[in-house]
Amino acid sequence: MTSPDVIIIGAGHNAMVCAGYLAQKGRSVLIIEQSNHCGGLASTREFFPGFKASVAHTIQNFSSKVIDDLSLAKHGLDLSQSPLQTIGLSRDGECIRLDSSKDHPRVSGLDGKDEEAYAGYMARMHTFADMLKPFWLKTIPRIGSANLQDMTTFLALAAKLRLLGKDEMGEFMRIATLPIRDLMDENFENDLLKAVLSWDGLLGSKMAPRSPNATVLSVLYKMTEKDAGAPRIPVSGIDGLVMALYKSARSLGVEFKLGQPVARVLMEAGDHGVKAVGVVLADGDVIHAGKIVSGVDPKQTFIDLVGVENLEIGFTNRINRLRCDGYVAKLHLALDSLPVFAGLDSPLGRLILVSNMDSIEFAYDDAKYGGFSDTPIMELILPTLSNPDMAPEGKHILSGHVMYIPHHIKGGWTEEAHDRLYQNLIELLEHYAPGIREQIIFGELLTPKDLEHQYNLTGGHWHHAEMAIDQMFMMRPTYEAAQYATPISGLFLCGAGCHPGGGLSGAPGHNAAIEILRTKQ
Amino acid sequence: MIDPYAGERLKETHFHPRQSLLNFREAWSSWNGYKFADYYYEEEYEYFCIRNTCGTYDICPMQKYLIEGADAETMLNRMVTRDIKKLDIDRVTYVCWCTDEGRMIDDGTIFKLADDRFMLTCGSPCLAWLRKSSFGFRDIELSDISEKTAALSFQGPMTCEVLKKMGLSKIETLRPFGIMHFSFGESDQQLMVSRTGFTGDLGYELWIKPELALELWDALYAAGDDFGIHPYGESATNMARLEAGFIMPAVEFNEALKTVHYRYDQTPFELSLDWLVDFNKPHFNGRKALLEERERGPAYKLVKLDIEGNKPADEAFLYSDRKCSQEIGYVTSAMWSPVVKANIALAMVEPDYLAGDIWAEINYQKELRYHTRVSKCTIKKTPFWAPERARFTPPP
Amino acid sequence: MKTHDAIIVGAGHNGLSNAAYLAKAGLRVLVLEKNSYIGGAAVTREMHAGWSYSSCSYVCSMMRQAIHRDLNLTKHGLILVPYLGTVVFGDKGETLASYGSEGSEYNELFRRSPHDADAMSRFQADLTRYAQLIRKTLLRTPPDPTSFRVRDIKELLWLAKQFWSLGEKELYEYIRFFTMSAADFLDDYFEDDLIKAAMASPGIIGTALGVYSPGSAYILLHHVMGDVDGNIGAWGLARGGMGAISHSLAGALREYGGEIRINSGVDKIRVQNGRATGVILENGDELHSNIVVSNLDAKRTFTQCMNEADLPEGVFERAKNFKIRGSSGKVNIALSGLPRFNNVPENRYINRGGQGFVGSLETMERAYDCWKHGRWSDDPFIESVIPSAWDPTVAPPGKHWMSNFIQYCPSKLANGPWTPEKRDSFGKTVVDKIERYSPGFKDLIVHMEVRTPHEIESEVGLTEGNIFQGELTIDQLLFNRPFPGYAQYRMPIRNMYMCGSSTHPGGGVSAACGANAAREILIDLKRPHIVPEDDFYDE
Repeated sequence: MTSPDVIIIGAGHNAMVCAGYLAQKGRSVLIIEQSNHCGGLASTREFFPGFKASVAHTIQNFSSKVIDDLSLAKHGLDLSQSPLQTIGLSRDGECIRLDSSKDHPRVSGLDGKDEEAYAGYMARMHTFADMLKPFWLKTIPRIGSANLQDMTTFLALAAKLRLLGKDEMGEFMRIATLPIRDLMDENFENDLLKAVLSWDGLLGSKMAPRSPNATVLSVLYKMTEKDAGAPRIPVSGIDGLVMALYKSARSLGVEFKLGQPVARVLMEAGDHGVKAVGVVLADGDVIHAGKIVSGVDPKQTFIDLVGVENLEIGFTNRINRLRCDGYVAKLHLALDSLPVFAGLDSPLGRLILVSNMDSIEFAYDDAKYGGFSDTPIMELILPTLSNPDMAPEGKHILSGHVMYIPHHIKGGWTEEAHDRLYQNLIELLEHYAPGIREQIIFGELLTPKDLEHQYNLTGGHWHHAEMAIDQMFMMRPTYEAAQYATPISGLFLCGAGCHPGGGLSGAPGHNAAIEILRTKQ
Repeated sequence: MIDPYAGERLKETHFHPRQSLLNFREAWSSWNGYKFADYYYEEEYEYFCIRNTCGTYDICPMQKYLIEGADAETMLNRMVTRDIKKLDIDRVTYVCWCTDEGRMIDDGTIFKLADDRFMLTCGSPCLAWLRKSSFGFRDIELSDISEKTAALSFQGPMTCEVLKKMGLSKIETLRPFGIMHFSFGESDQQLMVSRTGFTGDLGYELWIKPELALELWDALYAAGDDFGIHPYGESATNMARLEAGFIMPAVEFNEALKTVHYRYDQTPFELSLDWLVDFNKPHFNGRKALLEERERGPAYKLVKLDIEGNKPADEAFLYSDRKCSQEIGYVTSAMWSPVVKANIALAMVEPDYLAGDIWAEINYQKELRYHTRVSKCTIKKTPFWAPERARFTPPP
Repeated sequence: MKTHDAIIVGAGHNGLSNAAYLAKAGLRVLVLEKNSYIGGAAVTREMHAGWSYSSCSYVCSMMRQAIHRDLNLTKHGLILVPYLGTVVFGDKGETLASYGSEGSEYNELFRRSPHDADAMSRFQADLTRYAQLIRKTLLRTPPDPTSFRVRDIKELLWLAKQFWSLGEKELYEYIRFFTMSAADFLDDYFEDDLIKAAMASPGIIGTALGVYSPGSAYILLHHVMGDVDGNIGAWGLARGGMGAISHSLAGALREYGGEIRINSGVDKIRVQNGRATGVILENGDELHSNIVVSNLDAKRTFTQCMNEADLPEGVFERAKNFKIRGSSGKVNIALSGLPRFNNVPENRYINRGGQGFVGSLETMERAYDCWKHGRWSDDPFIESVIPSAWDPTVAPPGKHWMSNFIQYCPSKLANGPWTPEKRDSFGKTVVDKIERYSPGFKDLIVHMEVRTPHEIESEVGLTEGNIFQGELTIDQLLFNRPFPGYAQYRMPIRNMYMCGSSTHPGGGVSAACGANAAREILIDLKRPHIVPEDDFYDE
């Protein structure tokens, strides 16, 4: 076959976004994916005959710029359904509903004081989120780069910060690394509200409410787009987004090779060291290309695909020390009827089953020693309420994210451990939706270990690497590879392991494409 | 009785029982946690053993690592700057290795024992870096054999004679940087001999299991008795290596991983080890940074200086003019060389000034009064001391 | 009525260093102290006849040499002696001793892990590099990043230059230090759990964070950035106890003409027309002063010593939200002899330093989990020192006093308020743990003083008993300390300043907060600049 300009390894959403942008600029792009479908964690699969689900179950901050640039609407992405309300349910039956929209942030189910505080809190968070917004879609340069464009980025950041005004700037710099628990305690009184609001900062990371680090930044990151972090499901499900990306890429001439695992990146020696010139497939086929882009997580990209013999030793170990252990498990239930949650007319919305921040903290405590809590924290939706055709008529699906479930547990993920966790979860659900146990036709629990195997994801970490300050911005994944180009000439990264990180955002793919286009052949 | 201060005391090497008897001056210091002799009898006497007869130097405290497995060669080749694919079995090569930034971590020697079996020796511990370097390779086994190996450096013009007398047949055919294996003792154990050393003179290094250390010592000293054999310590080594133009860690260079200040460590180019850096190799650690440095030019260059007068230039600053107005470098090691009768030094000089005059501002003491003199320096291209016997096979 | 140029509320060591500098500059200074003794948490008190306890702080490494020399503290009785030799104990009784020579130190580490023995040199080099940098900021006023004033911009540039001098790579590595957990940070260097635990333990002292909590790596740095005579990471004892530091500062203050009044608790700081004009004592007396400096923690200063109505909007809220969590306990024990520890030889050096009952990373972290649940662990982390083995003046000959610092001990218990019974039960937990490592220890006990956060708060006045006057997390460091916008020692009320550890550079017996505050006050008064910014950092 002829050599494309660019080969992208993996067909996750970021890879497809990146491919789209490259193809728009006339590059011939070939995407090689090991599985038989696109979308990675966003791909939809039948977990039980007739019942479908995807690991990523909502969209919170998918870039509207990407949607426009790649004409995703034209290719079938329909976001006309209104965003899901976030519903917090505590163990003792308390229920609150959150509407995070920018114009009318509202919380109901509470008394006056916190309602007012919520509006104030959201106004401030929106200010900060808006301030940061441009930088998620930008390469964060190396510190000390003398490049004019790079300096502009830093100056822009400084200017944006300064434009917040003296007080707000000071406040931003204070809360940027604040443990989310402190932020909540400073603003609110209601325990359930605090727990629900902190959730978006914690989901997917190995951090608890008391952990100082990037939890507040994660919340701001999710608030970037117009829904301000409210979860949304496309009309045809998450698959609607994946298919739109696929069609958009196809229409721009991107080629896909599915079901073809890449064994390694092909290297060639040159005067200036080794460079990536192609890929070797598992079946031994070699495909050459001018540039190789990896949508695979950084650890696998470098250690498995490139091979340490081609890398610097310090760099290899910086990649190796990346914290990539996932702490989220996925629960899929096939239900023969709609479950009834105590206190809710309809379970439409994103339900967060949590009592207070301590319950999150303590679930985390169990996980940090390689165990899991008897009462984990769960976010769940019933995708069938938005897309009935995900299940046979009248049947339903429950899709839940469960924390904190470690990738490594003491004694390993035996069948017994797996089953114990599953039973814990069903018991938890039974408490909130009495009778649900009898409604279950089939249940599937994917621990981070399972996610690692099924989705070829180091540590089963959704975000490819922990979203922590030292692994963000110009340090994601390491400072040598944070501008999408890597120490290997000709090799680029475009996945969630790069700035700005995980989640269905399309931003890493977008940013990577810009850098790839900037780099001369 | 248990010694309550055992933890405070330094370890003793495999040759200690013999060496301690000869250390009349109790001149001990330490090396890698071992008790180690600065000298035994007298520094200059021991130095002349190296140059005139023969002497032993205990290299048990030196670090020795065994790297085995199918990936051993690839791993080492990526770690060091030289191309060790060119190395034959039973050959030794001098290497250095660098950080990603091209700063020198350490130097040492690699012994190729088999296609998938190498020994790396170096002055200070390197286990952490070796482990980092071997991460990601599948077929590799790394072991620290420092304690499991007794090693003795045997240096000086009479060494070959002594080894022959000891019964090591055909030892005279051993070429520099070659390795030979002999059976030793009643139990037919292996004695490995390499023609290596740190003195710039004819010499060998002997490697054996610790159980046989004393037996080896006794055999060697019996054979060497008529040839002036004597142990020598750190001080004599330091003199000999300076004459040979060899660099010493913590003297000529700071180990990069242990250096606090930015750029207070050195690169192979700064240390004039250009010949150790093989850019024909597609990849090795620090290659990119070193390539950039080669294009940009190093900040310093290590040179050998022949200095006027007889006052050793220890810790002297170097200037481009007699008035000492333009500082251009500093001396790292200096001494009066007894064999070549010259005032010699190793020094770091800014490359821009290599072609011009070099003056050393030497501070020296005379009966508690301090004086300064400014002496002219000449750069020497070749080692101060490089006798034919060190290079020829069989040694003359 | 006599008007003072400055009244300092609280005679803690920072209040005294502040007062001493102001007095040295010629101001008429009065220091008010609620207790009958001065020193705050840097005190020596005879709690049992013949024994002098350093009841709160017990060792020091951050005490700035420049201040020591500048205020002539040696003349006023201060001698700092470095102490050597520490033994760290693991869960199973295994030990790791720190010896006086590089070679034996290496061998001791080698005994546990040859890899770690090698890695230690890189760790120490890295730590020294980071410590050298952060140390340089101790005697400087943090810049306000939101300000366009020349001085702030210059100071920011100075700071940037210091960071930049690390080189790009180290700069990124440094950022890790500020955000990571001590355990994660150490994983990059070491493999042996006891070595990691020993290295991580400074990362939790005084803080409501665990070794696995992001942010604890900085606390680790905060505890090793100090030095004794330039030896970074070394710790010293003040001869005669920590009170010697306060007393020498007081001596200097008096020599410069300042005054200290004990038993004079301040009820309120008086504010008139947006200016601090003096204080009202607990006995109702009013004292006037042109300047009021609070050595109390930020929370206490604003929420107790001031009226919310006197403060600009938001300040009261900020003070209320100031994180100042009690997490440490202290048990001072008078002993009839030197205790002996299992697996520790009778070596006069390592027996005379400190003991670190670290257990393991998990043991320390589980102790933190207990704190979160509002109780103390049965197996807490204890850092002990026996100063009397070095300083014969603090206990009768042949007898000893042992300082035991315990992490964690909550300020609020889940099962109701602290009572004397609960306090004693906490003390028993500590003694029981030590007894496990030192059979017969209990029989040596002559007297014991147990201090939970409750005692520390009620006696010293530290809110919640937090030993640093506020958590040392990045949201409360440098220009964020105590709050954004107020990090330059000036408070929202004119003529009012803060000089305690709630301000930069934070907790520890450094005397730097007080000195820095004095500098700002003198600048405002357009007086000559007499406070050093440099602590002879010849690196």
